[in-house]
Order: sequence, then C-alpha cells, then structure tokens
Amino acid sequence: MLPEQLKNHPAAVALDASLPEAITGGHAEHGEPTLFISPASIVDVCRYLKDQQKFVRLSAVTAVDWHPADPRFEVVYLLHSLEDNSRLRLKCWVSESESEIDSVTGVWRAANWYEREIFDLFGIRFRNHPDLRRILMPTDWVGHPLRKDYPVHGYKYSYQHDMDPTCES
Amino acid sequence: MRELTLNTDTITAVDAEHSVTAPPETSSRRMTLNMGPQHPSTHGVLRVVLELDGETIVMAVPDIGFLHTGIEKECEVKTWQQAVTLTDRVDYLSNLSNNLVYALAVEKLIGDIEIPPRAQWTRVMMAELQRLNSHLVWLGTHALDIGAMTVFFYCFREREDILRIFEMFSGQRMMTSYIRIGGLALEPPRGWQQVVGKFINAFPGKVDEYEELLDNNPIWKRRTQGVGFASLEDLLDLGVTGPMIRAAGMKWDIRKSEPYSSYEQFDFDIASRTENDVYARYRVRLEEMRQSARIIKQALEGMPEGAWQANAPKIVLPEREKMKTQMEALIYHFKIVTEGFRVPAGEAYQAVESPRGEIGYYVVSDGTSKPYRVFMRTPSFGNLQALPALLEGRLLADSIASLGSMDFVLGDVDR
Repeated sequence: MLPEQLKNHPAAVALDASLPEAITGGHAEHGEPTLFISPASIVDVCRYLKDQQKFVRLSAVTAVDWHPADPRFEVVYLLHSLEDNSRLRLKCWVSESESEIDSVTGVWRAANWYEREIFDLFGIRFRNHPDLRRILMPTDWVGHPLRKDYPVHGYKYSYQHDMDPTCES
Repeated sequence: MRELTLNTDTITAVDAEHSVTAPPETSSRRMTLNMGPQHPSTHGVLRVVLELDGETIVMAVPDIGFLHTGIEKECEVKTWQQAVTLTDRVDYLSNLSNNLVYALAVEKLIGDIEIPPRAQWTRVMMAELQRLNSHLVWLGTHALDIGAMTVFFYCFREREDILRIFEMFSGQRMMTSYIRIGGLALEPPRGWQQVVGKFINAFPGKVDEYEELLDNNPIWKRRTQGVGFASLEDLLDLGVTGPMIRAAGMKWDIRKSEPYSSYEQFDFDIASRTENDVYARYRVRLEEMRQSARIIKQALEGMPEGAWQANAPKIVLPEREKMKTQMEALIYHFKIVTEGFRVPAGEAYQAVESPRGEIGYYVVSDGTSKPYRVFMRTPSFGNLQALPALLEGRLLADSIASLGSMDFVLGDVDR
C-alpha cells in the first residue's frame, strides 16, 4: 500500500506497480522518501530498484533498536540514484525472536561490510551473506553493543585483568 | 622474583621448534603475509592479510576494528549539542565536515531553525580549509610512502598555517567542534580576514610547487600511472565515493548535486579524471585543492555581515551579558546546560562531501534531549571495502601506492 505522501514519487509508484505486496507503508518527512518494505521481499525490491529504477548506489545499511517494542529492530537501507540525483530509504522491521533478514549483498556488493556491522553491533543475522563475521568488535566478544539493553560501558568495569586469572573482574 | 638466566640449551631447543623448515616439494608457492596492524603505510591500525603467489597478490582480506571506540553508542548518552564533540573524533582530518553534517542533520530534524548567511558562509569556508588540510596530509604522506620525501615537509608547512587558522577561530587545532547546532561555537575572531587572506593568496602557488616537485619526478609517475585500477562499475557497486570515484570519470560531487549550507552560491568546478589510477587520484585531489582555494577566496571576499548564530533561544546559548542581566536568558541558559534542548521525534539523513567522499549522518530522535541513534556513514568505511578490488591480481610492490591513493583514516573506518 503506497502512502499518500509518496503518490508522486516515480520510483515508489513503479515499485508499487511491479511488486504490490512489498510496500507496507512509508512517509516523506523532511523531504526524504521512506518506504516500509516487508522483510520477505527486500531482495526483490532492491534488485528491482537497482535494475529498473537506477539506484546504482547503496549508500549504507544500518539498523535501529526500538527495545522493548516488538518488532524490535528496524533495518534501514539508504539508496541513492546518481542519474536522478535522488535518495530513497527502505525500512524493514525485524522481530527479536527472528533476528534474521535476507542479505542484499547479491544486489550491491557494498552491503557486505554494512551487514557485517549490523550483525556485529545489533545481532541481526543476514541469510545468504557470504562472510558473516564480526567486523568491528573482537571475534570473541559477547553481546551486541549497539542494542539498547547493552550498557554504555559494557558489562565489566575494567578489562585490564582479563589476562590474569587471579584477579576477579 | 624469578632470575633471568641465559640457558643456551633452551634457546636452541625453542629456536629449532620455531625455525622455518623448508616446505616439502608438494606444497604450493603461496605465502600469507600479514600487513599491519602496525604498518607505517597504513596510517593507523589496519591489518590486511595478503595471500601471495610470488610477487602477485592473490587475495587481500582487510581486517578492521582496531580503533573501534563506540562513538555511535556514546552519542546516545550525550545531549544533542554535546555529541558535536564526539563527531570531531571520528576523523581527525575532517572534523569540521563531521561537525557540519551532524549539525545539518539535527537542524533538519528541528525544522524551524534558520541559520544566518554569515554562519553558513563561515561553515563553508572552514569546511574548505579542512579539505585543504586533509588533502595536504594525504599528499605529503602518500608521497612519503612512495619515496618522495620533500613534498611531505612542504605540505606540512602549509598545514601548520591552516591549523593556526583553526586555532584562531575555535581555540583548537584539531578537535575544533566549531560548527554547532544552530550556528557556530564562537564569533569569528577579529582580524581573521588578514590571516586567511594572506594564506589563501599564497596557497595556489604552493600547489604549483607540489605539482612541479612530483610531476617532474619520473619515479613518481612510474610508480603511480597505471597502478591501482578498478572499473567504475566495481567502484560504484562497492560503495566508493569522493575523489576516488571522480578519478574514475564520474563527475559527482555532493556540493554540486545536493548543495548544502549555501554551496550553491559559490563558483567552483568538479575535478575529475578518467584514467582511474593512482596518478589520476593524485591529480583530482590536487585540482580539488585549487578549487577549494577558489571557494575560500570567494567566502573571504563576499562574507555576509550579521548574526553568526540562529535566532533560536531554546537551542542556542544566550550571550553572556544577556544571561547576567535578563531573567529569560538565564532560564534558557539553565535549561540548555542542564537538560539540553529537545528535538522533535523523527529521522533525517544528511550527506555532505568530505575530503574523502560522502559523509552521511542518519539521525533518529525519539523526542527527548538525547539522540536515539546516530549512524555515521563514513566515507573511509565505504571506500576501504574496495581495497581487495584494487590489490588482487596486482604486484605487492604496488600495494602501498594503491592503499595510499584511497586516502582513508582508520578512525573514520572503525568509529
């Protein structure tokens, strides 16, 4: 269902015509078109927008944690079309119990590191990602720091005695 | 305390255990080489695991995260204005671009706030000085990596002048935090026109100097021309922005395509080349320095008069004098300092052209006095993803030139 504010947005209208089930809502606050996409069809939507609507660039992918709301996570795709000089934002809601969404690395290779970053910092897994490992935090890190229920200074006050088994940490 | 004794027997034993044994006949010729994290040419702590077949790089796997400081997380516990100081620390060479993009994103969320022309022009001028600063450091260190040492000293000489200008404006050389939500941190100091004017009149000649030093150097040319090529389609697909994409023939500059902070009033050209190699990236950045100098000159000559902060008493701190004499100003001051101002719930994305490419801040507010989420789309992170495309299949000796031509700052990558 195409939102009222985006009835004149050519890419949104074309997307709605070709994948009518995909759009679940949206808005254009601050002049920035945003479409809510059902998570199941994110790859199809991205492929359509890249191939048919010239969104050749994926600027970034990020996430927002709305803890304790459900669905908890919002995965945000920032698309950019160089030809029309326009930007489009896609959003998918992912629940905590599932914490999984399809990867768009097959559409833009740029998604690779951004999805790894989301996996690392939010704990959302990306299906069919070629190399889903932590990227910023150490490989043995426990927890996902950008989640809202993760304390700002971590779970421990000090990390300096980690190597010394005689010290309580 | 344990005594240290030199036991030659043990040393020999340990030595033997770790000694490199000749590979058996059947093993492949491949070798894994660890570049970094403490490599002088990675300009920060970047580790690249290279798999070599003789002199050729077969596979390159960047390993990042050594400088991750959790700036995005930290922003969530600061008030909106306090978070400006954190944006400085993302990228030590483009702190003003980071200040600017954050301020613009939050101002977009606030909505009814109008930045006076003088503040906008000063923002542009400072961002362009910052671009010169960044490109100078890049040129100097890139040339140093390749072996041309003299350029480094010349570049840092001019950079010092720019840092003095920053200090004059903001009191700080590096972490300026000069661009704030609602305007500037301080009024531009008295006599800045002379200082900036003196610098900017001499600067184009200095760029000619660098050009002469490098372009008449056959070693420089042979080490950069034809090195580090990757197709434009690959670069776009991998999320590369900035001078790298312009050196590949794409005339795309956010200052022109999505003008912000009154860039549309300035006259400048987009530098671009088509060769798409290390040399082309050098030429593009050199040309950008000349264009930045043009912008700064225009800003110097046409700087508007008037206020340097928005007329928004709930957001901008009152003048000291007013705060001491007016009840209302005192209340606003108290509210802003203790609680911070509230930003209407919503989200905004703002992109600016930093020296390295597209910086985009995606800012989410839940209506309180602290950001709910600040996502930094940093250019270095996006660009570094293309590193394997630049290195794989090429010679190891060219890797430093390719790496340097990307101009990344590791703080910007890891945040």
